Amino acid sequence: MKKIVFREEACMGCRLCEVYCIVQHSMSKDIIKSHRREATKPLSRVTVEVKKPHVMTVRCQQCKTPLCIASCLSGAMYRDAGSGLVTHDADKCIGCWTCTMVCPFGAIVMDKKRKVVAKCDLCQGMQVPACVANCPNEALVYQEVGP
Amino acid sequence: MSKYVIVGGSVAAISAVEAIREVDPAGTIAIIAEEPFPTYSRPLIGDYVSGEATWDKMMYRSDRFWSENKVETFIGSKAVRLDFTERFVETDAGKRIEYEKLLLATGSEPLIPKIDGSNRKGVFVFITLADAENLKAKCEKAEKAVVVGGGLIGVCAANALTEVGAKVTVVELKERLLSLLFNSTASRIIEEAARGSGVNIVTGHTVARIGGMAGDESKVGIVVLNSGETIPCDIVVLAAGVRPRVELVARTGLKVNKGVVVDRFMHTNIPDVYACGDVAEAYDFVSGEDRVLPQWPTAYIEGRTAGHNMAGISEEYSGGTVMSALKYFNVPAVAVGITNPTENNDFEVLTNHDSAKNVYKKVVLKDGVIKGFILVNDICKAGVMYYLMQMNVNVARFKSELLSEDFGFISLPEHLRKKILKEVVQ
Repeated sequence: MKKIVFREEACMGCRLCEVYCIVQHSMSKDIIKSHRREATKPLSRVTVEVKKPHVMTVRCQQCKTPLCIASCLSGAMYRDAGSGLVTHDADKCIGCWTCTMVCPFGAIVMDKKRKVVAKCDLCQGMQVPACVANCPNEALVYQEVGP
Repeated sequence: MSKYVIVGGSVAAISAVEAIREVDPAGTIAIIAEEPFPTYSRPLIGDYVSGEATWDKMMYRSDRFWSENKVETFIGSKAVRLDFTERFVETDAGKRIEYEKLLLATGSEPLIPKIDGSNRKGVFVFITLADAENLKAKCEKAEKAVVVGGGLIGVCAANALTEVGAKVTVVELKERLLSLLFNSTASRIIEEAARGSGVNIVTGHTVARIGGMAGDESKVGIVVLNSGETIPCDIVVLAAGVRPRVELVARTGLKVNKGVVVDRFMHTNIPDVYACGDVAEAYDFVSGEDRVLPQWPTAYIEGRTAGHNMAGISEEYSGGTVMSALKYFNVPAVAVGITNPTENNDFEVLTNHDSAKNVYKKVVLKDGVIKGFILVNDICKAGVMYYLMQMNVNVARFKSELLSEDFGFISLPEHLRKKILKEVVQ
């Protein structure tokens, strides 16, 4: 399965991955509108964490045995039968935060306003996820990982 | 004759079916499930009552889940007898279902405190969807409710009833709410939020009697506390906790302590008989002992372990522990493992209370390993801590970071990050 691989040595912490994640998951898909004008501005599903001199991006790592799926109270978190993707149905999510309690990477984003969580979906339908496509320093690479 | 027979139809049974089907696509499976509903999520009954969750949202899996997995169903049937010699389960309809492998996933039942008057109309328990339907039907007209018990179920019920506009009083025996999960600081934050939503909290008291309504003694009208104080109400929710449903296995030779005793493979003392979920007493990786843990995620993981083992793949249960994420009264909070250590000398306790932001964090360590933690109002990195705890990682070198505002995956030393990525992902 193709996953996003992070190269710490190349990351400058510019946070463009966060910006383009928001754009991609917005209604308008427009960089200005998505950040400024949409009432329900989506949250970025990738987070840049900084602990100087280290910088890294954190997102869903597509675990082999995802604890988020095992723990989900509503059945919103599931593995897509076709693609094998660990993904999330926001319409089913109830915002119980149980997946948040168990994600080893702290990669699940809590949308407290809408009472749902969000997580990286590898930008389904796109050739390359938006964060990878817009990373100016190729710190994010989309490639086959694992068995 | 079914190759696999499962007694129970909730999450432990569902995950066992999913696990069996990963390994054995064709072996016959039968389930005997008492509740006449499709596969729904019990922890969402509070959201159902409050209206946050519609019927569709209540559904944990597709309404065709059993048929999609080629499971023969006996829904609305109750298993009444087990015969381990002839290897069959008998239902209340007189049907005998023979098994090769049997899984007991009968769940738990509410503990009902002995209170005079608890048979009156308007007194509810709060465990199943049927309970939620009953409460929902009643609370649309109700104005005042008393919740007896301030644990997880009680707080869930109080939150739901508040959201539908009832004036709620919670009566708790201990001196604070959620005393089994949290410590006093964390409980106080949640109590304050509950009070802010209009909940009246009475701690250190019990209910002596549930009295009738003036003019109709068959209906609830008043709750009398042990202090003699009275609280008028038209609903009472009894939320005293749950216990494993073991009546089916009494006097069968199956080893039962508080719950059905299982080994690390979810196997009982009887050949080819497994148990999982709320009814089972399974391994706790924090205490190293077996215990009953009536929690949805625990039931799912135990069910999966049971399913794999029943289908012939030897899989050891990694163990569970007390773990709850709460959202009630808009206070996200997490409690995992030992949160109130008693032998203070053996444990190292780190706390951080940012009262301006209403954020509280507590981590309990023993020999440098996390044994439990509480997070209130800043919980998004809880999972990082949980993983360190589960994997027995010595965090002594970076323990000061655990409570910091910026704690996250990056707080871990590089070699540890690489190790985790490898363990979990590849």
